[in-house]
Amino acid sequence: MYRLRNIPVHVLLVIGAASMVLPFFWMVSTSFKTPQEIFLFPPTWIAQSPTVNNYVQAWNEVPFPRYFLNTIIIASCMVCGVIITSCLAAYAFAKFDFPGRETLFILMLSMMIVPQAVYLVPSFIIVSAMGWMDTYMALIVPWLAQIFSIFLLRQQFRSIPNDYYDAALIDGCSRMGFLWRILVPLSKPTIITVGLFALLGSWNSFIWPLIMTNTDTLRPIQVGLSYFAQEQGTEHGLMMAAATFCVTPVVVIYFFAQKQVIESYAKSGIKG
Amino acid sequence: MPKGEAKVAAASWRESKYKKLARGLAYIAPAGIIIIIFRVLPILAAFAVSFYYVMMGKIVGFAGLAQYAMLFRDSEFWNALLNTTYFVIGTVPLSLFISLFIANLLNQKIKGLGGYRTLYFLPVVTSLVAVAMVWKWIYHPRLGLLNYLISLVGMSPKMWLEEPQGLFSMMAGGLGLTLPAWAGGPSLALVSLILTNLWRGLGYNIIIFLAGLQNIPGEYYEAAKIDGANRWHMFWKITWPLISPVTFYIVIMTTIVSFQVFTLVYLMTGSPPGGPLGTTKVLVYYIFEKGFESGGDMGYASCVALVLFGIVLSLTLIQRKIIEKRVHYN
Repeated sequence: MYRLRNIPVHVLLVIGAASMVLPFFWMVSTSFKTPQEIFLFPPTWIAQSPTVNNYVQAWNEVPFPRYFLNTIIIASCMVCGVIITSCLAAYAFAKFDFPGRETLFILMLSMMIVPQAVYLVPSFIIVSAMGWMDTYMALIVPWLAQIFSIFLLRQQFRSIPNDYYDAALIDGCSRMGFLWRILVPLSKPTIITVGLFALLGSWNSFIWPLIMTNTDTLRPIQVGLSYFAQEQGTEHGLMMAAATFCVTPVVVIYFFAQKQVIESYAKSGIKG
Repeated sequence: MPKGEAKVAAASWRESKYKKLARGLAYIAPAGIIIIIFRVLPILAAFAVSFYYVMMGKIVGFAGLAQYAMLFRDSEFWNALLNTTYFVIGTVPLSLFISLFIANLLNQKIKGLGGYRTLYFLPVVTSLVAVAMVWKWIYHPRLGLLNYLISLVGMSPKMWLEEPQGLFSMMAGGLGLTLPAWAGGPSLALVSLILTNLWRGLGYNIIIFLAGLQNIPGEYYEAAKIDGANRWHMFWKITWPLISPVTFYIVIMTTIVSFQVFTLVYLMTGSPPGGPLGTTKVLVYYIFEKGFESGGDMGYASCVALVLFGIVLSLTLIQRKIIEKRVHYN
């Protein structure tokens, strides 16, 4: 009885899941096809004479290793930087008592509603004026503070009783020491969430580096990929191979940490 | 009060207001300085720049409100606003409906929940650049997978991203009717972008809905079942009202994010992007085009950006007003 009732549910869910996966399947399938096979219509589902030529050619066509390296540099700076700045600010907002704390916090939160398009043009002007155009600084520093992460961590820190704070200070623990030795270890899941968001955000960021870089050797992976797509627009096999190796690292991380990733999104959504 | 606590309280009471303020600000400073330079300052600058004529990134004269007035006569701006509106209206209700439906299916103690959840969420973590490339290939007018799939059910191939004709006029054309141009609806190209956007964002909404559904106590449904309620009743009388804060959040978030669509347009349409015939040119692409591509007219681009901000802000406030009255908080 229970099983019978669930069959239509599973049918619907499988159809849905198939349409989620189909584009990925198609990407990988195309990437292994020869140019001749790609031009077949109706198309073949699976490459008849699979080749890795597209991967070799795409990898050598433009400096993809350099793009990956750039992204790894940017992403690691961002993950560390965001965690440090967010912890410090969230700690002050959660545990310190100073005049104007709540007002400042609400002012900061209200910045989140401003669309990126608004600060894109003036940021370009500011970054140029600072002489940061086309440098790692422009790609990293503006993103080292994430308001949403400060918000998440502040909620978490507030849930840790103030008695701990008072007791630690009486025992001679410094304020800084309390943050790194007690609050942070007690807040691991939230710290991981913040780190994950910083990692995914920097790996997938596009508009900002598109505007802030001119030099090929500075481009992070997504911008490099988009230039590749514009130049090789008709070479479908090459494009799908490039898309595949650019997507793979994140997909692998996702499959290993999918529970963490999904829970991070779910929790932050409910709280936000 | 224990002795120690009293000591701390006394110590922190003795500290001056200024010392406390200085300490708080010192901890906030690393994040705060970045936020001021790269968030607050740019927003103030956007207002300032919007009052000036700018060419090639250089200020050439004071405009006052003239550029805002120009917006009203700028048919390209109105076209971009219309396209963006189509995009939002196409995305929000569909995404809401489909994700709530799937979340309900997933919320029934079915086998393989984790697996389904993982797959539905996969597009959310995938980069938009790769998503755009893959979908552009799927929509290919001659070799695309989608044209092959619809041919299996007997439909004729479509031009998808290269089709400027409106969706409604295509549907009316199928019935032998002709619609006036203004009623043509979003071009098939824009509809294709909406579909890709739906595909990418669905998993996020499903996860949020699922978390909301799992928070509803099972006893409510058991009690309703005893009273003889069917599934339909239970959904409308229990689930829908109790899930309304989540629905509210999803509607607002999806609206705000959809209003800012850029990457899909930039990478999937054209060239130049925004085509065919400007039917996929959206506001953020128009800002990008004005400010960075053609002539570096950053003053005018800032005007458009601030209008976009105004729209997003007022929509959020209106939605809050309307929905909050009907939202059921525990």
